[in-house]
Amino acid sequence: MDLRFTPEELAFRDEVRTFCRTEIPAEIRKKVSEGRSLSKDDYVTSQRILNAKGWAVPHWPQEWGGRDWTPIQRYIYTEELFQAAVPLPQQFNCYMFGPVLATFGRQDQKARFLPRAANLDDWWCQGFSEPGAGSDLASLKTRAVRDGDHYVVDGQKTWTTLGQHADWIFCLVRTDFEAKKQRGISFLLIDMTTPGITVRPILTLEGRHEVNEVFFDSVRVPVENLVGEENRGWDYAKFLLANERTGIARIGLTKERIARIKRLAREMPAGPGTMWDDPAFRSRVAEVEVELKALEITQMRVAAKQGRADSVEPDPASSLLKIRGSQLQQAATELLVELAGPFALAAPARGAGANNLPGGFDWVDAAAPSYFNNRKVSIYGGSNEIQHNVIAKGILGL
Amino acid sequence: MDFDLNEDQSLLHDSVERLAADLYPSLESRQARLKAPLGFPDAGWTAFVDLGVTGLPFPEAEGGFGGGPVETLLVMEAVGRNLVVEPLLASLVLGSTALRLGGSAAQTARLLPGVIDGSLRLTLAQTERQSRYDLHDVATTARRSGDGFVLSGAKSVVPNADAAGLMVVSARVSGERRDPHGIGLFLVPTDSPGVAIEAYPTQDGGRAAEVSFSDVALPADAALGDLEAGLPLLERVVEHGIAALAAEAVGSMDALHRLTIDYLKTRTQFGVSVGSFQALQHRAVDMLIQLEQARSMALYAAMMVEAEDPAARAAALAAVKVQINKACRYVGQEAVQLHGGIGMTLEYIGAHHFKRLAMIEYQLGDTAHHLRRITQAENGLLAA
Repeated sequence: MDLRFTPEELAFRDEVRTFCRTEIPAEIRKKVSEGRSLSKDDYVTSQRILNAKGWAVPHWPQEWGGRDWTPIQRYIYTEELFQAAVPLPQQFNCYMFGPVLATFGRQDQKARFLPRAANLDDWWCQGFSEPGAGSDLASLKTRAVRDGDHYVVDGQKTWTTLGQHADWIFCLVRTDFEAKKQRGISFLLIDMTTPGITVRPILTLEGRHEVNEVFFDSVRVPVENLVGEENRGWDYAKFLLANERTGIARIGLTKERIARIKRLAREMPAGPGTMWDDPAFRSRVAEVEVELKALEITQMRVAAKQGRADSVEPDPASSLLKIRGSQLQQAATELLVELAGPFALAAPARGAGANNLPGGFDWVDAAAPSYFNNRKVSIYGGSNEIQHNVIAKGILGL
Repeated sequence: MDFDLNEDQSLLHDSVERLAADLYPSLESRQARLKAPLGFPDAGWTAFVDLGVTGLPFPEAEGGFGGGPVETLLVMEAVGRNLVVEPLLASLVLGSTALRLGGSAAQTARLLPGVIDGSLRLTLAQTERQSRYDLHDVATTARRSGDGFVLSGAKSVVPNADAAGLMVVSARVSGERRDPHGIGLFLVPTDSPGVAIEAYPTQDGGRAAEVSFSDVALPADAALGDLEAGLPLLERVVEHGIAALAAEAVGSMDALHRLTIDYLKTRTQFGVSVGSFQALQHRAVDMLIQLEQARSMALYAAMMVEAEDPAARAAALAAVKVQINKACRYVGQEAVQLHGGIGMTLEYIGAHHFKRLAMIEYQLGDTAHHLRRITQAENGLLAA
């Protein structure tokens, strides 16, 4: 047992760290660090720099740009991106669509879509949830009916993250209406410019346009855009959701937030000194840090286990990472609002020449929106209650 | 990064788990062991000695087995899992670490054979009535007298003092009561004239004692390590103690969580097993999360306890104790609640795990103490 990184792992960490901090534009990283919205261009710029280095899709098969890294290297890479406030490679392209197509797609589909997905030439979004199918995803109703060389798709998807930027959507659709609900689902790739598709924004509670509803009205999709076999889509979706859960603890993201809170606390006047002199505030920071350190080790234990050839099934332990990781992400955003204190209320218009910064602080107006927005992390990707069910069944056998 | 045990460690793990399980087959057998005058039977201590546990932390050149923090972790997990009452924390961890890290060649040559063959048990006497968990708060004094020292004062809740032949005592050589400088550590035979030991059982099935020193004469070679700068050595001893307690807590929580899951599966009410109720399932999952987070911190303790940088080491072990303390309370309380009435009874072993876990919180620093240590570090934990 040796819990330290090897010299090779440390060298790799330094390489990633240096690259992130020198090659990714500082203004993009600043937006990420402050929890502000990124433009589509920001995502594209950052991902193309990573892709040119060969680091956009390291976990894909090598044939399609993967790097054959160890689980620990992947862990280091993801954590360093988070800690440098580099936007992760577009998650729907790189962590969901790509792995599914590389595993279950036809060769011509892979050649057509994978290189463009890795370079963010195509922006993919996810069409899974529906108004009546959230945690109970398999009850989805969007229908695809065969008509010659096409499927005709009718229905509605929702919570489609950044769908306003999307060129393509990968969808779960019902193709067999008689079968048991999991068995009649197919995995279909749909061009967002196809007639009959309408995208309607949903503003999340902090006021940002992050998610959408997508409506399908007699949308004709070529049969060649089916992934794998008809009616096997649920298996591919389960594979995808297991992929989604790796790295979901976002330790590095929370570490970056805590480090920033400590920096800002030293500049926030309070009583005779600053907020960093307040033992009560520091104690709350320390409690989050302690939990985070424990979760970091837990994550490495899970990663080391996933490296084994004998574990191909999604590890229910990743549900544990999701639960604790999301709680700590949220705790860090709460600390930031506490730090902003009375200035957290202010929501001034920002723009060139604005001299209305609350208390003169340029970050406090983003604190509450970040807190508001982060309530999502215990809901998406399988709510924390669903994750409890997964552990109760998969680990405890209850 | 590698979480696997090597071959020797696997063997140690298997043999110590087997021994502990053999010695403690049931709650009745454990409670019978507690009735021995020292709180554990001679045969129990001998069984651990025969396994080589007392020689584990010492280098092979000195007759030991050259084990490190991972080996101690394996032993202490078995201690926790089986609620072992032989004085392994006091002797194997606290006393032996002080001797290993602070002993001169002459002291080591004189004492180690007895420690390894089990005839000499050790303990650490550092808590005083006013000190709480501050290791530097020392009122007991060691005055120079001729070539040696005269020890005066008192120590509280000294673990297994009545079973020890030698105790490591922190005493003030110079300075004010809370001065971090001027603290020495002394090797004091428990049968020295002027040493009085008032022993008692502890809430969790162990033993401890109030110990007083009335002008106890000590020879020059009773001083352990640097006479005026004993605090860093004492801190290291306590760090090893925290790492050991973390492992013991994980063993106990692991056993208690298993008991709870078994109970949820077998207890039926309303015609179904109570484990089918989602309210209870989710609480059992939250117990597991606490257990796994604690397990990670026990591993982190094993990794950090020998780290070179004292500030990083101190912050790490403080963080470990905070996490372990919280987990002990959470897992213990939830286990009793999920068991319902049976969890409240003295005849159920789960209740004894609960009590041991509850007391671990108050050994070697509670949550508030260690949180304060982290916040007093200039940049908190992550920079360390």
